[in-house]
Amino acid sequence: MDFLNAIILLLNYIFVPALTYGSQLALGAIFVTLIYGILRFANFATGDMMAFGTMVTILITWYFQSLGISLGVLPTALLAIPFAIIFMIGYMLFVDKFVFRYYRVNKSPPVQLAMVSIGVMFVTQAVVRIIIGPSDRRFFDGEKFIIKAGEFKEMTGLNEGLAIKSSQLLTIFITLILVSILFWFLNKTKTGKSMRAYSDNEDLALLSGIDPKRVVMITWIIAGILATIGGALYGLDKSFKPFTYFNNMLPIFAAAIVGGIGNPFGAFLGGYVIAFSEIFLTYAYKKFFMYILPESMEPETLVQLLSTDYKFAVSFSILVIVLLYRPNGIFKGKVL
Amino acid sequence: MKKHLNVAIAYTIMLGLIILVGIFQSWNVALSIFNMCLISAVMTMGANIQWGYAGLINFGLMGYAALGGLAAVLISVDPVQEAWQAGGFNIIMCIWLIVVMIFAIRFVLKNFEKSKIRTYGIAAIIIAGIVIIRITSESSIEAIEAVNPATTGFLGGLGLPILFSWVVGAFFAAGLAFIVGKIALGLRADYLAIATLLISEIVIAIIKHEDWLARGVKNVIGLKRPVPYEVDLQTTGWFINLVAKFNEGTLSLFAYGTPERQQALKQLVIESSSVFVKLCYSGLFLAVVIALLIITQKALYSPWGRMMRAIRDNEEAANAMGKNVVKQHLLIFILGSAIVGIAGAMLVTQDGLFTPGSYRPMRYTFLIWVMVIVGGSGNNFGAILGGFAVWFLWIEAAPIALFLINLFTIGLPETNTLKVHLIESVPYFRYLMMGMGLLLIMRYRPKGILPEKIEIK
Repeated sequence: MDFLNAIILLLNYIFVPALTYGSQLALGAIFVTLIYGILRFANFATGDMMAFGTMVTILITWYFQSLGISLGVLPTALLAIPFAIIFMIGYMLFVDKFVFRYYRVNKSPPVQLAMVSIGVMFVTQAVVRIIIGPSDRRFFDGEKFIIKAGEFKEMTGLNEGLAIKSSQLLTIFITLILVSILFWFLNKTKTGKSMRAYSDNEDLALLSGIDPKRVVMITWIIAGILATIGGALYGLDKSFKPFTYFNNMLPIFAAAIVGGIGNPFGAFLGGYVIAFSEIFLTYAYKKFFMYILPESMEPETLVQLLSTDYKFAVSFSILVIVLLYRPNGIFKGKVL
Repeated sequence: MKKHLNVAIAYTIMLGLIILVGIFQSWNVALSIFNMCLISAVMTMGANIQWGYAGLINFGLMGYAALGGLAAVLISVDPVQEAWQAGGFNIIMCIWLIVVMIFAIRFVLKNFEKSKIRTYGIAAIIIAGIVIIRITSESSIEAIEAVNPATTGFLGGLGLPILFSWVVGAFFAAGLAFIVGKIALGLRADYLAIATLLISEIVIAIIKHEDWLARGVKNVIGLKRPVPYEVDLQTTGWFINLVAKFNEGTLSLFAYGTPERQQALKQLVIESSSVFVKLCYSGLFLAVVIALLIITQKALYSPWGRMMRAIRDNEEAANAMGKNVVKQHLLIFILGSAIVGIAGAMLVTQDGLFTPGSYRPMRYTFLIWVMVIVGGSGNNFGAILGGFAVWFLWIEAAPIALFLINLFTIGLPETNTLKVHLIESVPYFRYLMMGMGLLLIMRYRPKGILPEKIEIK
């Protein structure tokens, strides 16, 4: 019984939150990695583009709510996401046409494009804050929990409860579907293959008759989808605050590099690597050991490897270690 | 003279703008903008040395600035005797342990062939070291933080004049740059940018959460000043006389010896005292900027500067000519970061407080980079101008935006929702202006307002 309690404890406080957080990071990391692999620059506007997508979702959700449309137990935002995606794709293509294209055509060095993306970051951040303001916003409606801790305790008779929020399940579920579709697209369809070819060797791809404009356009479309869904899922699960989104850019970058930048599958796994290590290393295991160890050996301290203050620092340290020992990332990078 | 004309014009316009602020807003505001411009200029010079001379991207400016600020605290605050008694010994032991750990790692690196076992050995040393350090320090950190937590709760500093911290801050930043450079300098440009950004976040996290060091997010306030305090000035005889002399015209409106005259003089003294303090700071900062400018200009045109540009423009060729690219990159990374460290210490000196929570990448990394790009990378005069122009815009963006909003919505009634909303979000227009400015400059004048000009002397 104690052993089961210990397992449930870990599930509730480590596994489920880490899986959710990892999914949110994974979507962002794939976004970063796609841009890096195909357009060949580090996009510093990632976090703010996600914030922009989320903002549009929120605005449309509010509109639907004012009309009285809802999805019942599911959050209304799910209905708003497709419309937000369409808007975001328009935004991405707009930014590309008026900002990034010039440098791509001129074959500017990647550093210059990264600098330009900082300009885009400033502007996007300003637009988001001007339109919706910098404050914290929650836009989750519908049924909040799938299993409540209390109900779970009653059902199983265990001491530890397992609470699963519907936003967590939705996040994991949607991420898995989206990522499967994306990998199917990249590996099986002709367009996807041409994207991979373009990322692998631009000149060779051009020689074989691949239209670079099309590849770039599709990359931005996928980026728009990923940014909106990733951002909206994060906002549904936690809350929407532009500043947090900007900060999330850092673990997202860490995930992309740890997984091998330019490699979407690596980025996907990298998100989970970062999320799990952040939560594993900062969780206080005292209660866990109280369950599995006999009473005489119970720990007196919290058995916490690092204080939760260092949550972000953990992911960055992992990044530094990876950069030192495997600069290409855990999964070899730079191949789509 | 003609080729320096654009530099002269640009600087005249910039100073003119600041003087306009002085005339229309107040001299207090103008001087505080000017001081911050000078500090920003120092930071941009640091970034410019790395980016403009050597082509290294350092997005970790924030971390070096914070270390400079930390130096200001550690140098100027009086030591907290109780805290030292409570846990000082253990903390010093920990520092020794870290030194021993570093030497152990060096020993392993030097005396064993590169292999998996060596890697694991180093990892084992690091992990064992961290565990031992945690065990030694835990109780004493608690003891230190328990000493009067509302006001101290940290070890305090050395109690020296704060000006020393400008040098010490440079050394702190240089030390960090050495470590970061060893880890990250081999990376490709954009990797380097991300790696330095994330490492600086780690540094900030440590400063924020190690309360025994500098109180963390509880902030250290009331640092000693290198210049007189306003309150003291207001009661000093020579200063009051000076103010009276300067404002004879205003004062002559009142008859000598009347209470009105006393009142007016008092008001003037209060205003002038804060202007005077700011002027003192301006003098100090200006001295630093000019000294750095002379050194960096000399360096730029020295054989060393030529070599750096050669490395920047073609690494392989420079390498083939027998230049040690790795070593020079590390050197310039350290030098540039040290300058940023000085700026960090200057900033804390001016504010008189150290707030680790305020070190955010937006303000201390990206904004500084906007300054470098806008001003003109590779050109020291450009970098300084960038610092001035961008900081000026950053501060004056809100009034400008307010003016523009009012202009464009002049037909709308005061209670119009759109107008009210726009006016409420005025502070965020500065991001918009920065972004648009950066994008426009990168597009139409990619080398900055004052582009790099290399003359062979």
